[in-house]
Amino acid sequence: MAEAIAFYTISAFILGFAVLVVTTRDTVHSVLFLVLDFLFVAALYVVLGAQFLAVIQILVYAGGIVVLYLFVVMLVNLKRPPEAHQAPQRKTKLGFGLSAAMLVELAAIAAYGYAKPAAVVSPPATAAMPVAGNTEQVGWMLYTSYLIPFEIASMLLLVAMIGAIVLAKREL
Amino acid sequence: MVLSAALFIIGVIGVMVRRNIIIIFMSIELILNAVNINLVAFSSQQQNVVGQVFAIFVIAVAAAEAAVGLGIILAFYRNKETVNIDEMNLMRW
Repeated sequence: MAEAIAFYTISAFILGFAVLVVTTRDTVHSVLFLVLDFLFVAALYVVLGAQFLAVIQILVYAGGIVVLYLFVVMLVNLKRPPEAHQAPQRKTKLGFGLSAAMLVELAAIAAYGYAKPAAVVSPPATAAMPVAGNTEQVGWMLYTSYLIPFEIASMLLLVAMIGAIVLAKREL
Repeated sequence: MVLSAALFIIGVIGVMVRRNIIIIFMSIELILNAVNINLVAFSSQQQNVVGQVFAIFVIAVAAAEAAVGLGIILAFYRNKETVNIDEMNLMRW
């Protein structure tokens, strides 16, 4: 019961802050709302029993990515807000229409999924694991079954780091 | 599930409607977060940590995407002095 209350409260906060991120005029305020949103998503992970992922979320998103965004917002020192002038070809209505179409698609998929009987629940893989605890389990899966994707992800991060440095540097 | 879908839709609206490319990137982050919430919810429902492992991969890819994307924004701003995507028409012929 308390878990359900916590879940719905955190969900309400997440959605509210997401709306604020998208609708706020000031970009810096938008980034700060994004921090709050990520923190509430981390809280939701704790409620769902994924403590390790919650810590990763705070470290990577709230600590790393958002600082990156703040740096870019401050480097891109805007003389005029980019949306102050109303471009005649702004297609706001078209954007809302496309988003609504996407919502209808998602609803159709959900209705289809409920109409079909639920898929057979796979037997819990955690039973075979010699370790207990969320972090140990995630680490066990990451270094046994998913070792190759893990290494590929690390290579991707290395390439992205080099690419970002090359792009952001004035001259090599 | 409903929360994830709603967050996803907010992100899509952000991508479609706003004209500031930094806000569009933040909306993409929101979409990736929605996907992560979905993965973790299923992982907790089925008592299976594979969903959390995939969420970690999604976070890694999101970090890489943010770094490269913001690098592109900086390089573009240095040349054109704008972050409005209506004025980004270098590749138009």
